[in-house]
Amino acid sequence: MRTITFALRQARYQNTAFWRNPAAAFFTIVFPLMFMVIFNLLFGSNEIQFEGGTASLSTFYVPSIVVFALVGACYNNIAMTLAFSRDNGLLKRIRGTPLPSGSLIAGYVIHSVALAILLVVIVLAAGVVAFGVDLPTTRMAAFIVTCVVGAATFCALGVAVANFIPNADAAPAIVNASILPLLFISDVFIPMDDAPAWLTTFADIFPVRHFATAMHESFHPFATGPGFELVNLGVMGVWLLASVVLAVRFFRWERRR
Amino acid sequence: MTGRTDPHPAIEVTGLRKSYGSFEAVKGVDLRVEAGEVYALLGPNGAGKTTIVEILEGHRDRSAGSVSVLGHDPERGERELRERIGIVLQTTSVDQYLSVSETVNLFRGYYPDPLQLEVILEATGLTEQARVRVGKLSGGQQRRLDVAVGLAGNPELLFLDEPTTGFDPSARRGAWDMVKNLQALGKTILLTTHYMEEAEYLADRVGIMVEGRVVVEGSPQEIAGANSSTLIRFRLTENVPPLPNDLGAQTAKVAGIHEIRTTTPTTTLHQLTSWATGQGAELEELTVSRPSLEDTFLDVTRGHADDGEGEE
Repeated sequence: MRTITFALRQARYQNTAFWRNPAAAFFTIVFPLMFMVIFNLLFGSNEIQFEGGTASLSTFYVPSIVVFALVGACYNNIAMTLAFSRDNGLLKRIRGTPLPSGSLIAGYVIHSVALAILLVVIVLAAGVVAFGVDLPTTRMAAFIVTCVVGAATFCALGVAVANFIPNADAAPAIVNASILPLLFISDVFIPMDDAPAWLTTFADIFPVRHFATAMHESFHPFATGPGFELVNLGVMGVWLLASVVLAVRFFRWERRR
Repeated sequence: MTGRTDPHPAIEVTGLRKSYGSFEAVKGVDLRVEAGEVYALLGPNGAGKTTIVEILEGHRDRSAGSVSVLGHDPERGERELRERIGIVLQTTSVDQYLSVSETVNLFRGYYPDPLQLEVILEATGLTEQARVRVGKLSGGQQRRLDVAVGLAGNPELLFLDEPTTGFDPSARRGAWDMVKNLQALGKTILLTTHYMEEAEYLADRVGIMVEGRVVVEGSPQEIAGANSSTLIRFRLTENVPPLPNDLGAQTAKVAGIHEIRTTTPTTTLHQLTSWATGQGAELEELTVSRPSLEDTFLDVTRGHADDGEGEE
């Protein structure tokens, strides 16, 4: 119980500092919303082929931006914050206090998830109001489960990858280089219908494409059924477990000397 | 103030050793710090001060020896111990985007019985900066905030690792006054420093470390006094023959100044002045002095200092 109270408190301070940091607030909040507007303005009125009919490309881009925003709020945000805190000695300093280490990490996760929820709500609202996309009402349960599994996976991945970032200077490069190419080959920024098979096979190794597929499926305008993408969610679950193991096994309080 | 029913000394260390690979940073140190005492580990960079302090804080595991901090083994990382100690690391590290009072309150929240915010700010001279963002503080103010954060939990024992390195003289004075205030609050303090004046001014007892060993220990007065030799310093004009070899004392020449250490100053001075008169030479800038803590420190560390090892 006390661990949770500490974690919530930690998240609150994390949040105060986050909104005062222009770079963090811009890349996590403004960036995905900007992408949403640009993609939808450029391509939103184009048509895309779904099984059972065609729909506007906005039906593709709104769930895509949900994926992008959630990955940014969870993976980028946690990996970056943790790498900086480790590099400047904040983690070492906290280790010397009675704060349970679980509360410290949970604080980062809670804050990231709160940001992700905020972003998902904004993107959904904009999708309905500005881009004429239907909410995934018939597949709401699948949509929520996909968001939860995605948030868990990318938070854990952020903690795990941060363990291998040697210093603060390297953090933006490593985080962006690890995620941006995947976003491009995983049906997020560009529909992968015409992509070579080997590229989609390669993308299928990583969790982003499975997350995007499950997310798109929950927005499918013509499909019937509950829309749970068990295989895709299962692959994400494997990544989640592996990330938790790596996050715990290689956790460091100080930067490598 | 906290009642001191604890029969243990605040810190008790015997036979402490720490190796990094083949390099032995701490080579068998014994240390005992009583409750309420201010103890300074004094030594050049690379002497092993920070290694010892970080072992006591629980940041590093030891290679050998026994360590007790407030009756606990810090290696076990017990929460109960962390509630009773305060740590000021060598490097500053707090979130740039929080204000001073937000930062102190964040850390106060970790402890069951924290010190009041106003008391902390007062003791560290940060009352006026309470609402200022950490990123906008001067270097000296950030360092004081480090100490403020270390005080948050009202610790019985406070570790200060080189608290004034990089300070200008007036900021250093301010920091010393702050440590004196903490001492008056009854805190036990273990500080490391490479400034002799700092140890002399603040510490009840000093341990001088060289290459992983505590080579001299005692109160600043004892250490200076134990060095029973008297120091004679002077400068010789050019074209004077070398000093006689039969002065029966240890001689050295440092930056053009001759230094003679002797336990029989009357005899040595007599020989020296007789020789100088005979040669028609003048002993310029002649001084005869009892050694200070600084002289002892330099004696002890001479030849070891500055071998390039930074923080270990």
